[in-house]
Order: sequence, then structure tokens, then C-alpha cells
Amino acid sequence: MFDIVIIGAGVSGAAAARELSRYNASICVLEKAEDVCSGTSKANSAIVHAGFDAANGSLMAKLNVQGNKMMEQLSKDLDFPFKQNGSLVVCTDESTRDGLQALLERGIKNGVEGLRIVEREELVEMEPNISDEAVAALYAPTGGIVCPFNLNIALAENAYVNGVEFRFNTEVTDIRKEEEGFTICTNNGDVRARYVVNAAGVYADKFHNMVSEKKINIIARRGDYCLLDKTAGTHVSHTVFALPTKMGKGILVSPTIHGNLLIGPTAVDIENKEGTNTTREGLDEAITKSAITVKNIPMRQVITSFAGLRAHEEGHEFIIGEVEDCPGFIDCAGIESPGLTASPAVGVMVADILQEKMGLTKKDNFIATRKGVLNPEEMSLEERNELIKKNPAYGNIICRCEMITEGEILDAIHRPLGARSLDGVKRRTRAGMGRCQAGFCSPRTMEILEREVPGFTMYDVTKSGGESAIVVGINKDRI
Amino acid sequence: MKFYDIVIVGGGPAGLAAAASAKRAGNDSILILERDKELGGILNQCIHNGFGLHTFKEELTGPEYAGRFIEQVKELNIEYMLNTMVMDISADKVVTAMNRTDGMFQVQAKAVILAMGCRERARGALNIPGYRPAGIFSAGTAQRLVNMEGYMPGREVVILGSGDIGLIMARRMTLEGAKVKVVAELMPYSGGLKRNIVQCLDDFGIPLKLSHTVVDIEGKERVEGITIAEVDGRGKPIPGTEEHYTCDTLLLSCGLIPENELSRSAGVEMSPITSGPLVNESLETNIEGVFACGNVLHVHDLVDFVSEEAAAAGRNAVKYINQLAEGGKSEAGHEVKIVPVDGVRYTVPVTVNPDRMDDTMIVRFRVGNVFQNRYVAVYLDEERIYHKKRAIMAPGEMESVKLEKEVLKKYPDLKTITIKLEEK
Repeated sequence: MFDIVIIGAGVSGAAAARELSRYNASICVLEKAEDVCSGTSKANSAIVHAGFDAANGSLMAKLNVQGNKMMEQLSKDLDFPFKQNGSLVVCTDESTRDGLQALLERGIKNGVEGLRIVEREELVEMEPNISDEAVAALYAPTGGIVCPFNLNIALAENAYVNGVEFRFNTEVTDIRKEEEGFTICTNNGDVRARYVVNAAGVYADKFHNMVSEKKINIIARRGDYCLLDKTAGTHVSHTVFALPTKMGKGILVSPTIHGNLLIGPTAVDIENKEGTNTTREGLDEAITKSAITVKNIPMRQVITSFAGLRAHEEGHEFIIGEVEDCPGFIDCAGIESPGLTASPAVGVMVADILQEKMGLTKKDNFIATRKGVLNPEEMSLEERNELIKKNPAYGNIICRCEMITEGEILDAIHRPLGARSLDGVKRRTRAGMGRCQAGFCSPRTMEILEREVPGFTMYDVTKSGGESAIVVGINKDRI
Repeated sequence: MKFYDIVIVGGGPAGLAAAASAKRAGNDSILILERDKELGGILNQCIHNGFGLHTFKEELTGPEYAGRFIEQVKELNIEYMLNTMVMDISADKVVTAMNRTDGMFQVQAKAVILAMGCRERARGALNIPGYRPAGIFSAGTAQRLVNMEGYMPGREVVILGSGDIGLIMARRMTLEGAKVKVVAELMPYSGGLKRNIVQCLDDFGIPLKLSHTVVDIEGKERVEGITIAEVDGRGKPIPGTEEHYTCDTLLLSCGLIPENELSRSAGVEMSPITSGPLVNESLETNIEGVFACGNVLHVHDLVDFVSEEAAAAGRNAVKYINQLAEGGKSEAGHEVKIVPVDGVRYTVPVTVNPDRMDDTMIVRFRVGNVFQNRYVAVYLDEERIYHKKRAIMAPGEMESVKLEKEVLKKYPDLKTITIKLEEK
């Protein structure tokens, strides 16, 4: 029996696992996908929100501001890309200027530092491509951008090296409260646990409702995004939001931490919790509305589009805590935006709850830091040549668009909780994330996966696990 | 730092032909940098025949055609480095490259020939809605998997786009045992060669649906189905025309983009129409001594024309280096603009200096629509000097006209050469 089982290896589950791995406890994370960061955590705006948006006094506001403050140190400890580029909420209609003031006041009450309103002249200086209609903006210098994949992966890897077990391709089908602890039924057999953390994203309601009479409802709220080539990456330097109006929350335009430009998301509530398909209407809406705040976005530079599902709880609040009528079952539900920002604080909160309940004691050998996949681009020519001499794989470019070497891909495969699929490699190294969208590198990465993963044939190489094999047979095998 | 007179970026058909011609023009200091493990470029995966009809007057496969040029390069003792990726080209012609054995190194060149070829337009650039499962390939990626590695990327196939690689892959997948259900083409005409439509689709009974596009991709993990619909004159899907196909694979053949990231960061000026460099009569870019040829310059329909163009780039690079040695480039003459109008989308080159051009020069262009019984006309300022009927012209096929130095020199005040289509 495990002391703690965490359902879900998204950013919340991974953050909880990492914080709990500071303590003497046996912990297991169950994940239905083949990798961490495979649901809501992989497809979002990748923004570290300042914290002026959430309602005063809400848990959402508190954890947002806390998470924002923790992010920089965490990015150093766990070596993932993060940058405080600052956010702007742009008002394009003088008659709605009150909205900016309200946001400013809410932000100050939430404890957000450095907020101020900038007038058009200064705004244009900060963002030359800002809309001609822009009259003023709320400037939040603490807003940032992060690599959502590597934040999630780093937390999970660090939890793993501190003793947390991860079981992938393991889907929870039922949870039974027993005399002592829980029995968690999965497609890979039953797992016993004293305590359960429910960090199941859009499915958190399903698991909560298995053990509680006080039902919750998580709605999948889909958002479509377009990602633009790096040639468009400097079109704006801050994250630009539209001031929410009666017409809705608006579309953000932001550089990504890797230098692309991101626009989105739309917001459509859907029935299908697997419905990560983009739609013509959604993409059109994202493109049209992005022009409200930023002009001349070079839409010909779109390299991919995607949709993510937010785990929207009806009350629009994080639900974190022990379920009232089911002691030992800890919800971590309704974690939608600003969930990525809040995740470090969410992890601490979940760990604190369990520490107190279980009387957990700290390990004395906790490893607090982790090194990410080596990035040769950050090295000098001499350092790089030294590296290639030691390991020639770092001299072999596999992804021509992002200039990713075989060395980095090998690192991604062989590190703790290493990549097993093209998407796994992509999220850890960016190979395949560039303008040709893996047309060039995927056959090469497939060969490396086949060669390096024990027991893999070409048929085991998938895009993202499950039934997503890339090749299905050999030539003429059905003739 | 290494030093070479001419560094050629890319060892595909363009780079090979440029190298051989530069060597024959008398230069002995040439280096080809190739990122793949062998010379030949994309031709190595084009195992179908039909290459070389113009150059060799016989039908070769892609690897055979490349092989002829590789032999020449080897016989001429031209240096080349394989598995070597060029990371950067600077405006002063320092080429930074990397491989496993030499690490990262720099080469100072007197002239650089850009011969990087092109890449395929990806799904994202088309903004096709739907899921993002496995089973969506660019036609060229599928071609590599099948022809180079022997793996089937799928069993039941829908193809979007009727570019030549898509047409070739429709036939290849059929021959390897897959069922190609339909080829959908957004435009009212095909982007590929007529002969490929006949030999790759018609001969196998594969329907080609013009003015159609993909409006939905189904399947969370692997493609399970594709919905296509007819589009109106502005390319928008017409509601009610949707047709669903059960399939496990979608191949995309929706255009090729010259691969000019290196050129751009070197400061080479680009044509927004071809996405390739703007070049003069010597195929020289705005950076003196930097030349471009082949698909990095503009996407060609036949490799024979790539070889021909690249050979000119090679000769011109040598001419440039010889002039440098003699004290610099000739300042004689003046630049004349070549302007495409009335159905002609672009020309390569975009300028010509009659004093500096060879005795004859080929101007290549593409038309923007399908035209029947139109005349190609060339005007020197107001005067028409060429007027010739072509039975059919289509965007998928490259056209050309030949300019003669002798003729141009008769017009000392010439400002503009206009190339257009006329009804009579």
C-alpha cells in the first residue's frame, strides 16, 4: 500500500508529487497517458500571470500571486525556461477605461506588485505594434512566460529522483473507499493507497464524484490557439491581453519563451472531455480578435494551431482540500487559468494539507535541484566544440528548424522519466516544434527512438503513445 | 578558419551542378557542405522515373540523375563534407557549420552559392481545423518513409494538394498496397505537372477533386477520417458540400517553400512571391558574391532546369572571383528591371545588366492561372520584341523566354523589360 497516490501527472499532480517528495512517504503517480504533461498542462497560454485577474479573497488569487513569486527561484532550481516579460491589459475604448482602474485596484488588493496604468504614448513606445485604437493599458511587470512542458517535466523528474513512482498508461477506472485507505482500480490492476490526491484535470469531477455525495462538475472549456514562426516572435515583447468587455475576455497575443508568437485562446464549453480538436470558427475567431489589441500580425507565419481544454469549475474557483464526506481524499480540482502560474503554490498547499494530516516528517536527503536537457545554443563556440569532442552526438543536427542535436534528443530519452514518443522528445527538446513541424526530423527521431529505447521496434514509435503509431507496416506487406 | 574561393551550401542537384560548372570554369577552391549522409539531396528519395529528359535525353530515376552529377563532382575532385549542417552565413561570407568530427567551424569564402532547396508547407501553415493525431504527413516525409526506409505510413489515404510530390505519392502508395481514396485540391487547377496527373492519378483511377479542401480531421490518436468540402471562389468551404472519407492517413502536398532562413539572416533580400532571393542576371543576390540557384531561388518543376540554372550560378561565381582578382567587379552598363504583369506572377532574375549578361539569358517565370491560347510577350520599354502563342500554360509548369545580349544592346536607354500574357 502506498501512503499517497496522486491521480494525474499534469502540472498540478507533478507539483504536488515534488512537494510531497520532501517527506518520508511512499508516493505513486498514476497517469493515463504515456508521458507527463499530456492534458490541460500541455496546451495553454504558457503565461505566468501577475494575479490581478482573480477575485479578491479567492484561493485562485492567493495561489496565483504566490505561484508567480515562486516561479523565478523554481526555474533556477529546476532549470526550466522562464522570463518575466511583463503583461499589458489593453483598453481600446475610452468608455471602458473604468475597467482598467478596477483591474488595477483588484490587483493591488491581491498583492500584485508594480502595477500601473500606462497611457497611449508610453504604450506605443513599449509595443510599437499596439493597435491604433489602444488608449491605455494596465502594465504588470511581474507577468511572465514559461515553457509549460519543461515546468511540468522538471517537477515530475525531480519528484522521481526523490523517490516518487510514476505509472504511465494507467487509467483509473474506479475508486473505492475501504476501511483503511482506498482501492484504486486501473487498467493495470488495483493500487492501494492511504491517501489520494485527485489532480485529474478535466476528469477531476469524475473521481471526486466516485467517493463523495457532494458532487462537483468540471466543464471542459476549449480554447483554440495559433502559433507563429519565430520570424514573428518579436512582433510584441510583452504579453498583450485585451481588457475584458461585454463581448468577452478577448484574445491574448504573446511571445513564447522559445521566441514564437502565440495568439489565443477562444472559450467554448464542450461536452467531450477529449475534444481537443480545433475548429474553423475557433481559429477564425482567434485570428480576428487578436487584431483588436495588436496590429499587422503576420498571419502567413502561422506554423501550427492547437486547442486546449481548461478544467472549468462552475464557481470558477480552485477546489483544493480534503473532501468533506471522504476523509483522506484530497481534491485538486478546477485548476484552470491561472493554474500553470499557481502550480508551485498548489503543490505546496497539497503537501501542507497531507503533512498535517499524516504527520509526515522531512527527508534529510531531498534533492532540491535538477538539470534540464543541455542546451548547446547557450554555449560559446569553444565550449560547444569541447562538448562535441566528448560526445559527437552534439555535433549532429536532427531538427533543422530549431537546430536540435542528436545529443539533446539522447539526453531527453535517457534522463529520468525519459521521452518515449515523438511528442515526448518534442516537449523536452523542441525538436519538431519549428516551422516545418517535424516534416524533416520525424523520420530521424523515429530511428533514434527505435535504437535507444530497449525493446522498441519502429512500430512502437508513436506520436504520443496509445494508438498513435507513425508507421503501420512495411511496403507491399498486404499485396 | 578555413578558406575557400567558393562555398556551396547544399549538395543536392543545384549544389552539385553549380560545383561542377564552377570547377570547369577554372576554379579549384570549391567546398560543398551537405547536411545529409550522402550527396544528391531530395533526389535520393525520388525513385520514380522521368528525370533528365532535357539534360540527358533519357528517362532516369531521381537517384540515377543525382548519380550522374555526383560522378562528375568526384571525377572533378571537388571537395565536399557530408553530415554537415550550415548554422549561419554572414554578410561578409563567413560560413559557420557543424558536424560530429570537426565540431563547429568557420569557412571564409570569396563567393557563396545558396543551394539549400526547399521544404514542404506543413499542416499548420494551412490552418486545417480538427484533431492532431498521428497519420498526418507531408507527402515528402511519407516518400522518405516508403522509399528510403521501406515503411508504410498508412493503409487508407486522402491527399490534400495536387503538387507533384502528392501526385507521385498517390501512385507510390497505391503500388505499395495502400488505397488512395481521393486527392483534394483547393485551387480550380492542379499545382502539378499534367503528365503526373495522367500517370499517377488517371491511370490508377484515383479521383482528383478541384476546388476542394479538408475541413475536419478526426481521430484523437491516429487519423480515423477526413472531411473535405468544395470551396467558393475565395477558397471558403461551401456548407452542405461536405464529403466524409474513412482513412488512417492524410498526406499534404500543398506547396513548397524555398528554405531561406540562412539567406535571410545573412541579409539577402527576398521576393514575397517566390520566397526566394531577388537576383540579377548573374543569379547574384543583393549581397555581392552571394549567388542562389535551384529551389532555394524559386521552386522548379523539373530538375533539368535546376541543373541548368545552377551551372550558370557556378560560372558566374567564378567570373565574380576572377574579377575580384583583377581589381573588382565591372561597373559597365546599367540595371534594367524585368517586370511581370498580366498573368505572369514573377520572373527570375528580376534585373538584367545588358553589358554584364552572357550572350543569352533565360528568364524563367510562372503564370498565375490556367491560360489557353495566350501569347507570351516581351516588351523592351514600349516595343514588343517577342510574341509567341502557347496552347496551354498552367501555374504548375514553369515557363521561360530567352533574352539576347545583341538585341538588348541595341537599346542603350532601356529601362524596363516587361513580360506579360496577351490574348492576341
